[in-house]
Amino acid sequence: MKKKSISYAKWGYIFLIPFFVVYIVFSLYPLIQTFYNSFHEYIIDRGSIGGGWTTEAVAAEEQIKFIGIDNYKEIFSADGTLVHSFINTIVIWLVGFIPQIAVSLLLATWFTDLRLKIKAQGFFKTVIYLPNVIMASAIAFMFYTLFNQGGAMYDLVCRITGNEDTLLNSVWGTRGIIGFINFLLWYGNTTILLMAAIMGVDTSLYESAQIDGANPTQTFWKITIPLIKPLLSYVLVTSMIGGLQMYDVPALLTNDEGNPIVNGVRTARTLVMEIQTRKDSNVGLASAICVVIFIVSAVLGFAINFLGSDKRDGKKKKKKAKRG
Amino acid sequence: MTQLKRILAGALSVCMAASVMTACGNDDSSSASGGSNSTGSNGGTESRTNTAELHGVESSEESKNTLTIYCWNTEFKSRLDKYYPAHTDMTVTTSTDADGNQVIDAINGVKINWVQNENEGNVYQTKLDEALKAQKESTEKVDIFLIEADYALKYINGDVALSVQDIGITEDDLSQQYQYVKDVATDTKTGELKGVSWQATPGLFLYNAEYAKEVLGTDDPAEVQEYVKDWDAFTETAQLMADNGIKMLSGYDDAYRLYSNNVAAPWVTDDKITVDPQIKAWVDQTKEYTDKGYNNKTSLWDDAWAAGQKIDGKVFGYFFSTWGIPFTLLPNTVDEEIKADNSNAVEGNGGYGKWRACEGPQAYFWGGTWICGAIDSDNTDIVADIMKVMTCNKECMKEITEGEQDYTNNKAAIQELIDGGYKNDFLGGQNHLALLTEAADKIDLSNKLSAYDQGCNEKFQAAMKSYFDGSSTYEEALEAFKKEITALYSNLSMD
Repeated sequence: MKKKSISYAKWGYIFLIPFFVVYIVFSLYPLIQTFYNSFHEYIIDRGSIGGGWTTEAVAAEEQIKFIGIDNYKEIFSADGTLVHSFINTIVIWLVGFIPQIAVSLLLATWFTDLRLKIKAQGFFKTVIYLPNVIMASAIAFMFYTLFNQGGAMYDLVCRITGNEDTLLNSVWGTRGIIGFINFLLWYGNTTILLMAAIMGVDTSLYESAQIDGANPTQTFWKITIPLIKPLLSYVLVTSMIGGLQMYDVPALLTNDEGNPIVNGVRTARTLVMEIQTRKDSNVGLASAICVVIFIVSAVLGFAINFLGSDKRDGKKKKKKAKRG
Repeated sequence: MTQLKRILAGALSVCMAASVMTACGNDDSSSASGGSNSTGSNGGTESRTNTAELHGVESSEESKNTLTIYCWNTEFKSRLDKYYPAHTDMTVTTSTDADGNQVIDAINGVKINWVQNENEGNVYQTKLDEALKAQKESTEKVDIFLIEADYALKYINGDVALSVQDIGITEDDLSQQYQYVKDVATDTKTGELKGVSWQATPGLFLYNAEYAKEVLGTDDPAEVQEYVKDWDAFTETAQLMADNGIKMLSGYDDAYRLYSNNVAAPWVTDDKITVDPQIKAWVDQTKEYTDKGYNNKTSLWDDAWAAGQKIDGKVFGYFFSTWGIPFTLLPNTVDEEIKADNSNAVEGNGGYGKWRACEGPQAYFWGGTWICGAIDSDNTDIVADIMKVMTCNKECMKEITEGEQDYTNNKAAIQELIDGGYKNDFLGGQNHLALLTEAADKIDLSNKLSAYDQGCNEKFQAAMKSYFDGSSTYEEALEAFKKEITALYSNLSMD
């Protein structure tokens, strides 16, 4: 088969070049370098810096040597803090995500409900979305000031509970505040996304369900949820990956420490904070943590993508088969 | 099918690009380690080398005509611009900047290049390390870099700083400097002095005179000193204050420096971390103070800590070093910001004139900036002259104390100011220089410093916070400190 028409495809590829160049230089290469570093003992800053002309200075020089999977063994060892940080990250993420998805679903259903017909929707949508416009770090600073000693919320909590400690000194206080900030920042965004998905559902389905006597709960669980499942899984995946990378809010709320300490473990420390602590010293170990986060995100992403979309794929195949 | 082919081709090209990149990575690192080995074989000298000799490659003309100074703020720059030209024999050309301040354009025809990097997040040290490691092979040389006490040994012991004797600074030049200031910048292996400072930063106990009168019945520094002369007396006074609803100290870390300056051994010896009994004593005392309500449970620099410095802030006193008085206590205690012409620097503006100073229970220092010359600097004559003028010249030192409220590192200059009837209006006319002089003489830092002090101090204070506020036990907090400090400095270990 020969084509005689002019191919414009090459222009497409040419316009794609800048992206791939930037991607390879700033993303792919560092990614590969990180994998490479994670198998090496690569320690910088040994407390002395050498100018390079005495024997002592050479000993202090950074040396990179291959050590296989020792870095991985170390981060998963009982002594390591990575597992705890991983659990903390998941817990803090859940504290924010569960209310976020619940409230977003509720709001999205209300806003799109045919019978409710809420007025001034534009206004509410804007207000709901507004927190997302503010920088996360700014909100974190604001909450730190509010809940730290001398802050308005601190005074309020003191007066109610009679306890002079700040909430930021208690495990669930800290986790709760971080979760609440994440909820506040993202529920608006999620609501808008879910509304778009719900509005994509054919209204005749709801109408016919109502004629058949289905109540709102039934239409929600039997029609809305199954049909917006792909978008729900998208929200879940993006939120989860964002959650694994959680850093700025907990870092600013806890002075980059991840306090408080319980059982010798910092209870609000996240995975990225683990990397941050090590980045100026043990580059190999920090790289190994990065790789672990990478693998976990990839596995989670694939798993949920698979779960969320298998039914639809099945339908498509059936349709194709019919056509054929 | 065509789609599959495209995907395959795309994947292949990505793989190829990736393999090229990994290869590059390999090359990079192997050449780096190879380089360090080769320098090792021709290094290794037994006898003392003159640090002022050239060790690496010759520098460029451009570098010879530029004095490159690494710093983290403008503190040193403003002092150099203001005081250096009048006291040096070098030919200095100056100009006036937009704010009307004198700025040095060139010294002996050599222009100055200030490389300023933030202290936060270790940026300054990271950038400085890169520059100093490359110094030998580079044609653009660093000439001067500034350091702080908490990490001084990293540079002082690390073959990157010039010995001051090699650039012609004599014992005689340094005779009026305080011993502890020299201790900080002395190479612990060779005993050579490698950095000098224009300031000494001894600390005092600053107390609220109104509360002193109210509770102790006197605000006279000599009498109040009796109430805080050692830790036992200090604790008794704390109880007195607590009975009157006043906190003795603001937070957990306030007394830390007093203990950490009096340890028996440094944080790190032979790559092993030990918690000194003095540090443990700080923990015990702070826990006691917290449980008994002698402090406000604040942390250094936070808002509640600063709020206690108001004259009705319900905190009796703070430990401050020389610079803390004008830079921290003064702005925190006044109600109305001090104007440029000092017209509102009078009693009645918040706590102005209502604070006094006394020695406190132990001598200590806090902060300070040291000037180091970089090895292979191509302007050692100017480096030496700056060091001499800015840290050894008595007249210059006197002017800096008068003009900048720095406590300068020159005993004779300070003595002259004391004899000349120095008065500090902020401290109600008290002459606190005399107290600082006594304190500075008592500080002994020999064998108390390690290159890891900054991280150890910060991480230890942060970990103990959980113990003080009751969310963990001492053992748990210590365990957290251990995990963190070995993550921060992965070549160290701790039992």
